[in-house]
Amino acid sequence: MICLGIEGTAEKLGAGIVTSEGEILANVTKQMPLSEGIHPREAAQHHAQNIKSLLERALERAKVSMGEVDLIAFSRGPGLGPCLRVAAVAARTLALKHRLPILGVNHCVAHIEIGRLTTGAEDPLTVYASGGNTQVTAYVDGRYRIFGETLDIALGNCIDQFARALKLGAPGGPVVEKLARKGSYVPLPYVVKGMDLSYSGLLTAAIKKARKASVEEVCFSLQETAFAMLVEVTERALAHTEKEEVLIAGGVAVNKRLQEMLRRMCAEHGSAFHAPPGDVLGDNGAMIAWLGLLSYASGARQNLEETHVIQRWRTDEVDVLWR
Amino acid sequence: MEIIAKGAEANLYLVDGRIIKERIKKEYRIEEIDEVLRSTRTRREAKLLSLARRAGVPTPVVLDVDNRSKSLTMSYIEGEKLKYLVDALSEEELGRLFSEVGRLAARLHSANIIHGDLTTSNMLLSRGRVFFIDFGLGEVSNSLEAKGTDLLVFRKSVRSTHFKREEEILNAFFSAYRSEYPGGGEVIDRMKRIERRGRYVTAR
Repeated sequence: MICLGIEGTAEKLGAGIVTSEGEILANVTKQMPLSEGIHPREAAQHHAQNIKSLLERALERAKVSMGEVDLIAFSRGPGLGPCLRVAAVAARTLALKHRLPILGVNHCVAHIEIGRLTTGAEDPLTVYASGGNTQVTAYVDGRYRIFGETLDIALGNCIDQFARALKLGAPGGPVVEKLARKGSYVPLPYVVKGMDLSYSGLLTAAIKKARKASVEEVCFSLQETAFAMLVEVTERALAHTEKEEVLIAGGVAVNKRLQEMLRRMCAEHGSAFHAPPGDVLGDNGAMIAWLGLLSYASGARQNLEETHVIQRWRTDEVDVLWR
Repeated sequence: MEIIAKGAEANLYLVDGRIIKERIKKEYRIEEIDEVLRSTRTRREAKLLSLARRAGVPTPVVLDVDNRSKSLTMSYIEGEKLKYLVDALSEEELGRLFSEVGRLAARLHSANIIHGDLTTSNMLLSRGRVFFIDFGLGEVSNSLEAKGTDLLVFRKSVRSTHFKREEEILNAFFSAYRSEYPGGGEVIDRMKRIERRGRYVTAR
């Protein structure tokens, strides 16, 4: 079975083609050019303008025709409403035109499943950190339960907003990572609440600190503080859930320093550390296609009328029927 | 020294009937952050354990604090973590147990003590009494925000860990919390507000 997956929850549009054996035939993305934050309507326009050519590129790359596709999947949520609707409309159009079954799937769960597929992790604790999400999840009894998460803004959002406030460019992650290499430590607030954490106070403090300390110092300290908080929460969740593997997911997880810290923590606990390849770490269509295949094989079906988008859809609300 | 438990942030040793909790150095974070976290948490935990005891919440007795090795010496409480008891209890026993937990949380908050990590991993049942442990993430605060967050941490941990008995546990906990603590209703309202600030949370 071949599934075409469309990802469009935020500023990145993705199309992926995957087989039920787990072979990724194509995985192409189109990132909206950003100078500032994401404006949902503009992002939706970007997606609408690019979806057709992106889908063609995916089919071409996969050397597959629409006639060979058996299933259409799309990111149903959580995410920005206007963006989600573009992906949903594209998916419905394809499904109708080619008389194919359609499945809207959960974006966060898709990140976990593509990570398991590409790394071979069996039953990991997943650290998912991106512009819109920061959560530590593990599979227990039919669902991916959230053991730790941000109580306010996401880690990626914290770094992006900091970079924007200092006019370092967007997206902020890579710029901050680079500047941090030349920095040294200045104190910033460290806020962990049990297995949850909070980044909004850290963001405000970091912006303020940049008036006195150098940009490099604040970038370094922001990364060290924000990442140490996430690793600590992960460590606590690891002890709590008694899982033996850690998997990373999300755009922020490409950060080398964060990976290094998590790897070290895992080594101290004798746990395996799994990092999927870069092209499936951030938002992408292959993860949507793969979760579509898993869901379909476990019996999930949706009528067209049931494919409305869900802007707020938590990871722990999805019944995991395929495990 | 015999390690009896290796937690996420500390090793526990049992020596001559006492517990030594040593906060171990973490190689993944930079020295500056590591040092500050380990010493403030060790000092805070010692202080809050004593304050909580005085507020009527059973805790281990602190016997010694060593800032050099970041370790606390405490009396040993022989008991089981509530985390491991929940599944086996009858409805009535569970209700009674979490009413007690709710009352203890109320006593902490009445005394402006924030636990910081209220989960069933940090509560022990010993000879019929519930003990609170692990105050390292706690603080003294009279703010609604801090108390509300404390409750939210508890509620979320019950949701992820004891999802099968979430309702029973939370009903018993919150009704006891509310009746033991006059300001409790206000704290619960704040907890709900804090939760709605979170990612993709719909009003409950």
